[in-house]
Amino acid sequence: MFYREAGDFKTSYPKDEQTFPIKLDRTGYYATMLFAFCVVPFMVNDYWASAVLLPFLIYSIAVIGLNILIGYCGLLSLGSGGFMAVGAYSSYKLMTSFPDLSMIVVVLLSGLITAVVGAAFGLPSLRIKGFYLAVATLAAQFFLVWLFNKVAWFYNYSASGQISAPERTVFGFYITGPNTQPAVAYLFCLVFAVGLAWVARNMTRSNTGRKWMAIRDMDIAAEIIGVNPLKAKLSAFAVSSFYIGVAGALLFSVYLGAAEVGESFGMSKSFLLVFMVIIGGLGSMFGSFAGAAFMVLFPVLLKNIMVGQLGWATDIAAHFEFVIVGLLIVGFLIVEPHGLAALWRVAKDKLRLWPFPH
Amino acid sequence: MSAGFYFGMEVFLNGMMAGVMYSLVALGFVLIFKASGIFNYAQGVMALFAAMTLVGIQTGQVPFAHLINTIFGTNFHHFGWHLPAFVAILLALGVMILFAFIVERFILKHLVNQEPIILFMATIGLAYFMEGFGDLMWGSEIMKMDVGIPQGGNLWIEENTAFLGGDDFYGFYLDTLDIYATVIAAILVVALVLFSKYSKTGRALRAVADDHQAALSVGISLRAIWVIVWAIAGFVALVAGIMWGSKSGVQFSLSLIALKALPVLMLGGFTSIPGAIIGGMIIGVGEKMFEFLIGAPFLGGATENWFAYMLALLFLVFRPQGLFGEKIIERV
Repeated sequence: MFYREAGDFKTSYPKDEQTFPIKLDRTGYYATMLFAFCVVPFMVNDYWASAVLLPFLIYSIAVIGLNILIGYCGLLSLGSGGFMAVGAYSSYKLMTSFPDLSMIVVVLLSGLITAVVGAAFGLPSLRIKGFYLAVATLAAQFFLVWLFNKVAWFYNYSASGQISAPERTVFGFYITGPNTQPAVAYLFCLVFAVGLAWVARNMTRSNTGRKWMAIRDMDIAAEIIGVNPLKAKLSAFAVSSFYIGVAGALLFSVYLGAAEVGESFGMSKSFLLVFMVIIGGLGSMFGSFAGAAFMVLFPVLLKNIMVGQLGWATDIAAHFEFVIVGLLIVGFLIVEPHGLAALWRVAKDKLRLWPFPH
Repeated sequence: MSAGFYFGMEVFLNGMMAGVMYSLVALGFVLIFKASGIFNYAQGVMALFAAMTLVGIQTGQVPFAHLINTIFGTNFHHFGWHLPAFVAILLALGVMILFAFIVERFILKHLVNQEPIILFMATIGLAYFMEGFGDLMWGSEIMKMDVGIPQGGNLWIEENTAFLGGDDFYGFYLDTLDIYATVIAAILVVALVLFSKYSKTGRALRAVADDHQAALSVGISLRAIWVIVWAIAGFVALVAGIMWGSKSGVQFSLSLIALKALPVLMLGGFTSIPGAIIGGMIIGVGEKMFEFLIGAPFLGGATENWFAYMLALLFLVFRPQGLFGEKIIERV
């Protein structure tokens, strides 16, 4: 009844091509933005920021990046944990070497460094495909983690081998270190998440994004119609790594504060990101946010129920989490291989006809 | 001949042995990939699960003891028996066959005709599930595997090779367990090759690997073949689990051997059984030698974690289908 395009006449091409063609969607989008920017910062407390909001926003950025690679360009990568580590370590080196550099610049530069590293590891993708590539990206994962563990220059020769973020401010507010207000950290991450999502959404429907999708659907055919596979694949790797690097920098400096590479950026992180992409939905911006939200909220919820309500031991709860996450992945792939985003699409299609279906 | 040369030789031999252990895991991958085109990431966790089940059955642990105790407030952990290794292995094999049925019935059946990448991700989900399930069932402590395979340095080889070097050379140090593993892997490979060449089921397996639809049209049941293949892969996982478990205890890190087997596969080709063996040897020797010659002296050690991957990666750039893989032909 309210959710339909009937009567909503488009009078120009830009209007016809807008991201949210249906009015209710548009209103919903603006309302969400308003709520996220103007209401949440005044309500957020330490627990919500650190348990839910910050990881959600940061993982969303990483998942958007990985989704560009897997969902839009069809290249499966299992090395995203390693690329997050590149982002984290370059932000650490930048923060300690140039104390006056603004945090915004630091985060963006870390993203750029990761983009270069990612493109280098993307080079084999020109020759190898599918599983072979997935396994080859594991090389990046193992090699990068080993590198940050062994070369002391990366962690400034600290005795513990850990990196910890020094205090930095943005516009006079602490953004890293123990004096950070949760609202400030939240807003900082939110600006990055929204800005990068906006860029990604528009990139995927531009020339570049269409080339990625052509490569995904059939790379030889794409090459025949004039898409340069070298440029398309490497740009996908670079852009995706930029996002993942920014997420890594934020995860380390704003969220964790201190990190050890094997623990914070190991294999399990790579898989977590892949799961977020699958559960959210391949090739969907909404799915990236939905997947990140789901995988962040779900363990918190499970833990609250099993440890908080039922009083079970934490190790049993942790094992159950594995079982349930595994079942969910398999279940999603069987029932809805395109994830939460596809469910959302189905719901919207139903809503269009509501309350008078044929 | 200097002592350094002999030490290098010893590293080489030990690398061969380690390579055999990798191949044991890689074999399971190849079997499933050939028969169903599924890249089974869960193979490593299957090995862990099989080993845990074996130890659990052998020592008479109550499955899900912790969970039951937590929910019902009871307190029991053991049935109080200790089975002979042979019986326990048979029972564990039974569990793996049952597992094959369950996987086929609840996962594969529903994912027929999906893209390979979706199936791959499903096996990652399966790996997560089994990891948690195994821990719930048998507990997450490190368990000791004892099925009667002798361990420790092999004195006979050590004494009989000592004459090769000078006074500072005491003979090659080889672990008896590794020698057993090599022999068992050899038997396993020969048996599998014979099985797939000369038995009726083996022929059906190869037919399915060639072309699913053609195999269906001549009356081969895909579902039965999948169960058989997963059961065989479960058996291979059990063997790998026994070997690795006896070597380093049954614990979570056992499932990570799957990650070691992946570069072996890339090198040897996903579709070739001999490729898995030879790839395993190359990786095993390569990483030990690299660590010995370059890694430890110049790079700060622990290069074993990534060397195999880098080697496979470089190799793939020149030969994308691996050493023995079928040539990849693409049509638009």
